[in-house]
Amino acid sequence: MAPLLRVENLKTHFRTYRGLVKAVDGVSLDINEKEIIGLVGESGCGKSVTMLSILQLISSPPGEIVGGKVKFEGQDLLEYKSKSDAMNSIRGAKIAMIFQEPMTSLNPVLTIGRQMTESLEIHLHMSKQAAEERAVDLLHMVGIPDAKNRLGAYPHQFSGGMRQRVMIAIALSCNPKILIADEPTTAVDVTTQAQLLELMQDMVNRFNTSLVIVTHNLGVVARYAQRIYVMYSGRIIESGPANDIFLNPRHSYTIGLLKCVPQLGETRRERKLVPIKGLPPNLINMPATCAFLPRCEFATDECRNKPWPALAAVGDKHYAACYNIKPEMP
Amino acid sequence: MSQVSSENVVEIENLKMYFPITRGLLRRKVGDIKAVDDISFTIKKNETLGLVGESGCGKTTTGRCILRLYKPTSGRILFNGTDLSEMRENQLRSARSEMGAIFQDPYGSLNPRQVARTIVGMPLVIHGMQKKGEYGDRVEELFRIVGLDPSMMTRVPHEFSGGQRQRLGIARALACQPSLIICDEPVSALDVSIQAQIINLLEELQEKLGLTYLFIAHDLSVVQHISNRVAVMYLGRIIEIANSRELYENPLHPYTKALLSAIPVPNPLIEKKRTRTVLKGEVPSPAAPPPGCHFHPRCNIAIDQCKGEKPQLIDTGNGHMVACCRV
Repeated sequence: MAPLLRVENLKTHFRTYRGLVKAVDGVSLDINEKEIIGLVGESGCGKSVTMLSILQLISSPPGEIVGGKVKFEGQDLLEYKSKSDAMNSIRGAKIAMIFQEPMTSLNPVLTIGRQMTESLEIHLHMSKQAAEERAVDLLHMVGIPDAKNRLGAYPHQFSGGMRQRVMIAIALSCNPKILIADEPTTAVDVTTQAQLLELMQDMVNRFNTSLVIVTHNLGVVARYAQRIYVMYSGRIIESGPANDIFLNPRHSYTIGLLKCVPQLGETRRERKLVPIKGLPPNLINMPATCAFLPRCEFATDECRNKPWPALAAVGDKHYAACYNIKPEMP
Repeated sequence: MSQVSSENVVEIENLKMYFPITRGLLRRKVGDIKAVDDISFTIKKNETLGLVGESGCGKTTTGRCILRLYKPTSGRILFNGTDLSEMRENQLRSARSEMGAIFQDPYGSLNPRQVARTIVGMPLVIHGMQKKGEYGDRVEELFRIVGLDPSMMTRVPHEFSGGQRQRLGIARALACQPSLIICDEPVSALDVSIQAQIINLLEELQEKLGLTYLFIAHDLSVVQHISNRVAVMYLGRIIEIANSRELYENPLHPYTKALLSAIPVPNPLIEKKRTRTVLKGEVPSPAAPPPGCHFHPRCNIAIDQCKGEKPQLIDTGNGHMVACCRV
């Protein structure tokens, strides 16, 4: 079965006065129906830009999608102009997005009710009254008490966690096929994070929606994601089923990421953290070799002389882009 | 607990920090935000005490009270045996030279117009240890200690990456050779691969220089890794203190249990088997905390007694203290 959304060799570049930034440089990924996917990487690796490119939300200039395809239900979305009706009927309706900052992604001068009914009226052509009823239902579903009276409230009257619940309700209001959550829990406390993740999982199951969780914290996706993509400096460097990525990582960056986070119940006397040495690369004027090379512990002459390796199968549906694939962990 | 021992670097006794809520033109006081409400703890020499809790629970306020950036409403703050709570500004200066602070935001906590050398050297001038312009050698040494290249001394903060800035902040905190460092969320703004570098650096420095840390963070897995003992705060009160291993293996307070279960573990096999206690509701406002045990409205084992009585922090053995009447 063809995936619901297939991104092929997507390239998004930014022209800056210091040089060309290849923020996304040949990313391919699939999102299947009703699947939960994790897109993991550190800040600046291009994970958000990838997602924004799918929805054509890259501001141009300086950004430009210079190549690739985004096939959604058989149609290449990149053939549409960003502001065309065709793209507008997909953005927010069929593919919805939740952003990191619930503070800045809600309009502070409009009521929650107005912001909730807007997309219902535009995409589903509902009457104002019907949209309001639906909004109350949605707010109720995401666990906002006294939803009917809260429609008139403004975003500042809600806490961070509540605002993110409202964002989830808005994103799901048009019953999208895909929900993209870009660092949905970075700005909230762990207990709220747990609440929101459980809520998102329940909601996508109920609405038969696919979910993409974009995060820098591998732990966040371990419980929920079926498949994981790991990104590093604009490319996917490893992808596969969640169990394989966490239990049998093959790219040295993924291995490093897993080793450098403290595990609960481990004190420093039991295990010292193993940091990844060095810094993430500057994306301007990247060398042709593997971008992880300067930080890699296992680099060989092959890595130093050959161009960036392509993703190659290392297991069942498990791919890694490395010349020096680590043996399977015992 | 109140026994003075020369081993304790910090002793906090019944510390309260209330911020007034004022209203109207006359700034009439209408209430208090009880940011820190009667807490006591000690930090031993060479120890790391972790302080965890959700945002707004008073952990940063506690740190700032120890630095005496706030004058506490009541209570005693003993630092190396001297009480800071009633000290005047001019007396405080010498005490402060023995304390360092590292802040969360490596962008906001460094002056963008100063070069790195001035940022790190300024505490030396302020505390009269070096003259202006003569602190170069010491700054160079500090740069080496925290793993920065001394050739970067003349750069300004925006030329450093997030992790390097945090190293600058650490170098500044170390400048006057303090015995205590208050680390206020030092790694929460950093990427995971950089977090580990900074945590390891802090651990190495502690061993090398014999430092004492108060490590404030909301991420229990980081706190637990670096700390000898961990104190859990909820709405201005400490609800549990235990050594770090004990707190993980045998958490007693229902809030601690919920916090532990909310932390994601990067292993799907463990994660999917774990039962997660998702707390209901949100943290109440510290301006109007619930009566009795502050946690009772969100607690799954609360009984009527919890609504009326403030639970005391009781030692259950081995220094594991908990404030819950159901334990």
